[in-house]
Amino acid sequence: MVGAIRRLGTLFINGVWQLGFITRFFWLILVYSGQSFTRLHLTLRELYFSGVMSLLIILVSGLFVGLVLGLQGYETLQRYGASDSLGTLVALSLVRELGPVVAGLLFASRAGSAVTAEIGLMKVTEQLKAMDMMAVSPIARVVAPRFWGGVISMPLLAALFSAMGVFGGWLIGVVAIGVDDGAFWSQMQSAVDFRYDVLNGVIKSCVFGVAVALIAVFEGYDCVPTAEGVSRAITRTVVSSALAILALDFVMTSFMFRGQ
Amino acid sequence: MSEPLVRLENVRFAYGERTILRDISLSIPRGQVVAIMGGSGSGKTTLLRLIGGQERAVGGRVTVDGQDVAGLGRDALYALRRRMGMLFQFGALFTDMTVFDNVAFPLREHTDLPPELINDLVMMKLHAVGLRGAARLMPGELSGGMARRVALARTIALDPMLLMYDEPFTGLDPISLGIIGQLIRRLNDALGASSVIVTHDIQESLQIVDYIYFISEGRVVAEGTPDAIRNSTDPFVHQFVHAEADGPVPFHYPAGDYATALVGGAG
Repeated sequence: MVGAIRRLGTLFINGVWQLGFITRFFWLILVYSGQSFTRLHLTLRELYFSGVMSLLIILVSGLFVGLVLGLQGYETLQRYGASDSLGTLVALSLVRELGPVVAGLLFASRAGSAVTAEIGLMKVTEQLKAMDMMAVSPIARVVAPRFWGGVISMPLLAALFSAMGVFGGWLIGVVAIGVDDGAFWSQMQSAVDFRYDVLNGVIKSCVFGVAVALIAVFEGYDCVPTAEGVSRAITRTVVSSALAILALDFVMTSFMFRGQ
Repeated sequence: MSEPLVRLENVRFAYGERTILRDISLSIPRGQVVAIMGGSGSGKTTLLRLIGGQERAVGGRVTVDGQDVAGLGRDALYALRRRMGMLFQFGALFTDMTVFDNVAFPLREHTDLPPELINDLVMMKLHAVGLRGAARLMPGELSGGMARRVALARTIALDPMLLMYDEPFTGLDPISLGIIGQLIRRLNDALGASSVIVTHDIQESLQIVDYIYFISEGRVVAEGTPDAIRNSTDPFVHQFVHAEADGPVPFHYPAGDYATALVGGAG
């Protein structure tokens, strides 16, 4: 009994300690972010690796999600004779929820895991220590550019995901099934509000970008410097990012979409 | 005689409950190559980390060029580190950069030199370690000995006053080992620097260093010049120099009575 309480206490203290550590780490990243922008090539390189290299998986997934939405949406809407609203359904689902969330999950598993692995391996091979001994801060040189690369990539990828999804919905609805082309687009245009729907979606994807990028760089930097430690850190990045995205999504949705 | 470059006075260090260094006092005179020897896990690498300011001593004082390392703020510590070079055990080259960019890294980070001058400096450093021809290779394409030499070129890029070597001879073939040993001596003399080598390779060290400290169980147990060490009658030094399995450094990790362990099951 005492053992159980003690374990619970230890778990709690470790949790608080970890939270404090990650907050301090986040603060340090912000303090050392200057270099990421004055020496833009460092951040551009990470934008390429996190953003451009994730394009394929994001675009293909976006297309398939749009195709499925088109099929399922049409199947349900036509029961009520509302198949002309297919464009609205596809667009709203994507820009509000599926775009940011699914793109975030894919981004965490594609780019987040890669960032954790890279920083973790740099730690294992003492590259971070060597940099620190050369009077170059690893947080400024390695961590901050990767963080900003992720933060900037994420909303752009989510936007592309949504655009690709809408295209997929159009492909199934209009081209394959034969929903009226004009109705598809005009209903979408009148129903989707830029500020209420699109902007809130963009805010979501920005928040997910910060969360995933922070978790990815932190897990890499904090990993136990062994092969096993890196593999655990990568797993933690993917799992924690997924949980963070879904939890944050619920919180933000409850604030953002309460009906106009 | 001038003030030594590095001085450790009654230094104590522990990771939590585990005491690594109990009471270490030693000094590294300017211009000399000093070896710190001891078995694996005797806290040798920790000593380098204390000198470089990556760890802080629990007790005692570490001074480098007259500055108390533990008392320095981040900026002052970084300023001091620019005048130090450390060679890590396996080189710690940046794997995403070419050999050239690795050696250019400290120059690009800490100076505003034009690219042509950086090019010349890097080529000079690489030439000094005999690897000018490998400038465009990636670290993955180098052998262990070559990687160590590139790391050495990177370490001396800013012409440091203090060079620290963490196990520079580990895992090298005899030829590479001899090359690294000679380079350590030659570069130290050419740069007018001071060097400290943490190692357990006694034979190579005896040939190139000026002074040797032996560390065991967190204390300096013996010290002297290579000649004095060769002729030493100290049992610890004797065991170390002649690579004997048992002696003051026991073969067995501390354990309970052997017979009891066998008869009584789990020890």
